[in-house]
Amino acid sequence: MKSALLRGVLIAATVIAGVATTASSAFADNERFVFVSHAPDSDSWWNVIKNALKNAEHDEGVKVEYRNPPTGDIADMARIIQQATASNPNGIVTTIADFDVLQSAIQGAVAKGIPVITVNSGTAEQSKKLGALMHIGQPEYDAGKGAGERAKAAGVTHFLCVNHYITNAASVERCQGYADGLGVKLGDQMLDSGLDPTEVYNKVKAFLASHPDTNGILALGPNSADPTIKYLRDTGSASKFKSVISFDLDGDISKAIKDGIVSAAIDQQPYLQGYLPIVFLTQYVRYGVIPSNNVNTGPGFVTKDNIAMVEKLAGEYR
Amino acid sequence: MTEQTNSGSMQPPIVDVIDERLNRQSWFRRMLSRPDLGAFAGAVLVFVFFAFTAGGTGMFAADGVMNWLTVTAQLMIIGTGAALLMIGGEFDLSVGSMIGFAGMVIAIPTIYFHVPVGVSVILAFVMAMAIGALNGYIIVRTRLPSFIVTLASLYILRGLTIALSIVFTNRTIVSGLKQYSNESFVASLFAAKLFPGFFQWLADNGIINRLPNGAPAVSGLPMLLVWAVVIAVIAHVVLMKTRVGNWIFASGGDANAARNVGVPVSAIKISLFMVTAFCATVFAACQVFEFGSAASDRGLLKEFEAIIAAVIGGCLLTGGYGSVVGACLGALIFGVVQMGILFTGAPSDWFQVFLGAMLLIAVLFNSSIRRRVTGER
Repeated sequence: MKSALLRGVLIAATVIAGVATTASSAFADNERFVFVSHAPDSDSWWNVIKNALKNAEHDEGVKVEYRNPPTGDIADMARIIQQATASNPNGIVTTIADFDVLQSAIQGAVAKGIPVITVNSGTAEQSKKLGALMHIGQPEYDAGKGAGERAKAAGVTHFLCVNHYITNAASVERCQGYADGLGVKLGDQMLDSGLDPTEVYNKVKAFLASHPDTNGILALGPNSADPTIKYLRDTGSASKFKSVISFDLDGDISKAIKDGIVSAAIDQQPYLQGYLPIVFLTQYVRYGVIPSNNVNTGPGFVTKDNIAMVEKLAGEYR
Repeated sequence: MTEQTNSGSMQPPIVDVIDERLNRQSWFRRMLSRPDLGAFAGAVLVFVFFAFTAGGTGMFAADGVMNWLTVTAQLMIIGTGAALLMIGGEFDLSVGSMIGFAGMVIAIPTIYFHVPVGVSVILAFVMAMAIGALNGYIIVRTRLPSFIVTLASLYILRGLTIALSIVFTNRTIVSGLKQYSNESFVASLFAAKLFPGFFQWLADNGIINRLPNGAPAVSGLPMLLVWAVVIAVIAHVVLMKTRVGNWIFASGGDANAARNVGVPVSAIKISLFMVTAFCATVFAACQVFEFGSAASDRGLLKEFEAIIAAVIGGCLLTGGYGSVVGACLGALIFGVVQMGILFTGAPSDWFQVFLGAMLLIAVLFNSSIRRRVTGER
């Protein structure tokens, strides 16, 4: 009985060993890249990136390992980058979730001569400081500016920027970019709305009552967009605004786009943040070529014209 | 020791040292019945497994070894505390939250109130051990299961970490500690890399690999490893060689019987909770000074990893049996498996399945070996 158990254990170990070796030897001749994200297992937004990695793996004939700290702990992420470095991959793709924590791990990979591309979180400046080849992401200021230019084309003169996360420097940059795109001063047009939906709703209401000439709205994400959309629906005042733009997408926002209440949603196109770094690294490793500038995957704009396709692919490729 | 000489002076000395009440065992047999034997066998199995599946991947190069040793050392620190407490018959589920909390107590006063970093560290140790003592006090006074009481502290401490960091700093990641701690003695106490010259020498002589710029792949021996070894050695000596160690076994084996023979069970249990809090704070301090930041989600699920290490290492969940050496081997198994799976290149979606399966195999192997050689049922 006891020896049967022992034998069972050994057989199971051999089977797992077999699976693991075939998994690694099947691609042994091809380049191996490691993609390290900061997202916990529960974060579904990253599924789009995982699918992008699978496509890139197939298209380029390389092997990509997606790694993340299961609980989202950035200190664990640093260990994963160190581990990836020790395993001598052909390249590493990582987010800069926390510059201070990841600094030494990423610089360690660069020092070992492994090409690194940074994606998603972080800025182009940080990426350069770490010695990465390039940064692929959505620059917050430029995304805001793109939205501001759209609003200007629509004829907006006075706006409201609903900021639900005012302590985050990137949020303020979004509002500043919008103001600059529009060509006006930010001034008091940025509203610290807080996170509570009722609070956001009433603050938006109060702001619009005291600033009656406002004709454009920028919401920085679902947290600020959903209550604002509700306000516009409740009061039927949507037609008064020439442009209502939101960052990111959720059910309420896409419905509002279809109903014509929201003119556009800013999409950072995560698919590209997964696909492009693998393509670039492959070309870099094989032929030594790589674009010399950073890539902005956003702002992409979701409007009434393309919402149907976006909804169909949501969670998979969009 | 002294009691024996007293009784010896009253009776004639026993000439024959062989006592027929004791069943004599060979040295080999004694080694086999140690609680950590199974863990040792499990560790060997794990190394053999990865030698085959990840041998050529850099896992056993210098920087690869340092990678899984670091994870092992982290786990050894909290696993040792958990093992002592478990032998003493209790659990502490608040270890993970304590890591996040202690990290914040070090970072916030230093960065936002410009308190000297040494004072913040002492404050963190004092607060953590006070909370540990409170946990222990509630448990010995109310006789509630430690599982429930420390589960409450798990939530309270995690909540406090988030709430206080928002109140004081308006953010949940507090970074920028490096500019306050640079070059300070306290920072190097927890995060220095020792013997850089030696590692440079190793690299120059081709014993460990080198980076393209000539620096060694591993720049030094992290203080984290030193802390782990020092804590484990002290805990082992206390447990195996001192009266306090016997009291810990007695408290965990049968608290009532121990009380009746005069063991200060309550004091032992409260002290053990303070020890786990101390270990969690050491973990936090090493992490905070290595990365220069504290975050409110640090240490999530680490309480389970600590308990897993202790259990793989042969500690009984019911208390009264186990060893520190076993817990250290358990930490080694867990650390090597956790990082080793990444080296084999197993698909990430299946990572946790592999991790769980490997752990189960290690534990089954461990216990079956122990049963075979000790004849336990």
